[in-house]
Amino acid sequence: MAKLEVHLWSGLRRFVDGADKVEVEASTIGTMLDGLKETYPGLAPIIDAGVSVAIDDEIVNGSRHRQLSSEQEIFILQKIKGG
Amino acid sequence: MAKDEYREFRLVGTRPDRPDGLDKVTGRARYGADMTAPGMLWGAVVRSPHAHARIVKIDATKALALDGVKSVVTRADFPEGLTGEDWNLQENTIAGEKALYDGHAVAAVAATTRFLAEEAARLIEVEYEVLPHVIDVDEAMKPDAPVIRHGVSDTTVPEGMSPNIVRKIEFGNGDLGAAFAAADLVMEKSFKTEATHQGYIEPHACLGQMGSDGKGEMWVCTQGQWYIRKMCSAVLGTEASQLRVTPSEIGGGFGGKTTIFMEPLSLALSRKAGGKPVKIVMSRSEVLRATGPTASASMDVKLGMKKDGTLSGIQVEFRMQGGAFPGAPTEFALYCGLAPYKFGAVEAVGYDVIANRPRCAAYRAPGAPMGSFAIESLLDEMCLKLGLDALDVRFKNAVVAGDRAAYGPKFGSIGFVETLEATKNHPNLLAELGPNQGRGIAAGYWFNHNGETSVSMAISEDGTAQVSVGTPDIGGSRASIALMVAETLGIAYEDVRVNVAETGSLGVNEPTHGSRATFASGKAAVLATEAAIKEMCKRAANEWGIEPDAVEWADGAARPAGPNAGQFPPMTIKEIAGAMGSTGGPISGHHESLPDGVGASFGCHVVDVEVDPETGRTEILRYLVVQDAGRAIHPSYVEGQYQGGAAQGIGWALNEEYVYDDKGRLQNSVFLDYRVPLASDLPKIDTVIVEVPNPGHPYGVRGVGETGITPPLPALANAVRAATGVRMTHLPMSPSKVLAALKGR
Repeated sequence: MAKLEVHLWSGLRRFVDGADKVEVEASTIGTMLDGLKETYPGLAPIIDAGVSVAIDDEIVNGSRHRQLSSEQEIFILQKIKGG
Repeated sequence: MAKDEYREFRLVGTRPDRPDGLDKVTGRARYGADMTAPGMLWGAVVRSPHAHARIVKIDATKALALDGVKSVVTRADFPEGLTGEDWNLQENTIAGEKALYDGHAVAAVAATTRFLAEEAARLIEVEYEVLPHVIDVDEAMKPDAPVIRHGVSDTTVPEGMSPNIVRKIEFGNGDLGAAFAAADLVMEKSFKTEATHQGYIEPHACLGQMGSDGKGEMWVCTQGQWYIRKMCSAVLGTEASQLRVTPSEIGGGFGGKTTIFMEPLSLALSRKAGGKPVKIVMSRSEVLRATGPTASASMDVKLGMKKDGTLSGIQVEFRMQGGAFPGAPTEFALYCGLAPYKFGAVEAVGYDVIANRPRCAAYRAPGAPMGSFAIESLLDEMCLKLGLDALDVRFKNAVVAGDRAAYGPKFGSIGFVETLEATKNHPNLLAELGPNQGRGIAAGYWFNHNGETSVSMAISEDGTAQVSVGTPDIGGSRASIALMVAETLGIAYEDVRVNVAETGSLGVNEPTHGSRATFASGKAAVLATEAAIKEMCKRAANEWGIEPDAVEWADGAARPAGPNAGQFPPMTIKEIAGAMGSTGGPISGHHESLPDGVGASFGCHVVDVEVDPETGRTEILRYLVVQDAGRAIHPSYVEGQYQGGAAQGIGWALNEEYVYDDKGRLQNSVFLDYRVPLASDLPKIDTVIVEVPNPGHPYGVRGVGETGITPPLPALANAVRAATGVRMTHLPMSPSKVLAALKGR
């Protein structure tokens, strides 16, 4: 488990006491999302409805088991698909 | 992971004949409406004539009395208790308590002929209690607006706002006040775009069969057969694995065929008619009234710029209605509109709003064209005010790899600057312009997408290869995948056949959407091929009595990897395949993943127009699309995607819109009145393919399907501004609107 810094879009900040980024102990995308939901229950319905995760310069969809490290820059984004 | 940027390819980048060409020019290709089955029935749908109405009573007695009518379904024939998106899908398939838009399905009937089904549909009596309606996004947000549905808003919407506001999006960074204070010019403007339809030539069509045991089959025109399977099963309360869905050839989708409309009705009618197959083919009017257009948008932009063109800060609020259900692509409008430039400080707010219109579906870079229209239009206006060159200002502020996007993460490998350079060097920019003529420039962006992907390939006994993919071929993916597989195997392009598979023969695939087919299915096909190559090297090693690691693959044959591996003549794929029955059996490869390494794509368009001062009509004199493809596997298809995106964007900018009467009924539901651009409206669209290879793909591919529709809206508005001096802020720029604006100068 690593201590991860997760950046949130500003619409989520009211669920995390106004912070623009939060820390969570996790080793994968899945455990990171689960950790966010557990620590900040207000985020749960939004995460459950589907989000995309940006790891450094790549937007990742799915991939709950992808490993994360504390050196990576992590953003939660609205789920991205397309036409 | 990308192959060496400077490597010479044997096939990648060539322009062989398209594999579906002969079928399509001879009429052999089978589309959604082309399938028939013994004992087949025809289905017809009863649709609401009201924008918003309570359904009091449905009486099908007269319809069922007709000889040849076999079944009628209403919402009562569908399971209760669905929630979330499943409920939305069911409610949009067939209305429950209320009809939510003009054209909303309320009942369906199956009969022995199409005409009989349509006659029976007319005999189904529906009693409505008409309710107040709202179709405009700004009107729908007002506190006193008719409420479409309570309880739809998610937790992002602050208390006290209209129940029609269902989602709020916010992001930003920096000190906006300081940014505007540091600017030499701050301007703000409001913009509107109307809903437009994807305008695919082929209407929705399906042939569905389902027995009382819940087992079924479907032939359907779709971008995603697994989505059809999943969504129909959810709506009908059946098991996904019991429904086998086969995609037809597809006459255009552009995002509009990534979801369900009448497909579950076909299955429900079949189930109720003793399992007889039921075919439903929509009319154009049904397509326009009831299938997914894009959202309409109302947008405010405030931008700060220094005298040298440096952008200092931007504030945007986008409001978009996506019909009677959540899902307007507001966040993508914000993300993509803001993506091309370093703005300094950013404050972005968006609202997803519901209204009494058909549920919006994805449409080619959903949201991005609207966002670009607003931001690129104001950017252009400020360049004019400060006397700056529009292309130079874009260069000055363009994002490069490592820059942070306005919405948060950094960009990886991108080719925006290279795209602008190619634009600047194009001869179209040197063309002289005459009276009433003007030139417009705009940039655009789309993320591109990976998505669930499963591909299987097999070596045939004669050394040719077949590939099964789950992404329907909308824009040339079969040709591109065949080229990549043939390149990897070292065989001829003609020796690879790519088949689009039905749901029973592969793992789950997301649709062909998000510009992902050539990227994701292509990458999976290459990885599947590499697995087959590994097996073929092993067969050769066994024959030679050496270790598999001592064998390499090149030019369509297994070869000893070096002098120490032994002296053996190359063993060709034909030799290995011909012997596979006696060396261990079939040779195949497969790959399943959510492919990583998606590469985003930027584009820049330049258009010259002439505006007739007497009629307000805008004629396009020349049009240029420049876009980063990563690497063009089959350049003709890439150019086709660029031209197609531009053509659709031109229609959106100049002509297309949904016209409603005061009762919320769509008034232009045929192509005579809903005017998409015709070939005679367009000049040849020039294209330049920029290639900054995507390091996340074996051949450097970026998706190319969607970015091309993003710049046309602002490029045309900027050109009309240059030609007339009038800034058009409300699309479409139809002749009557332009004429009115000219008179108001």
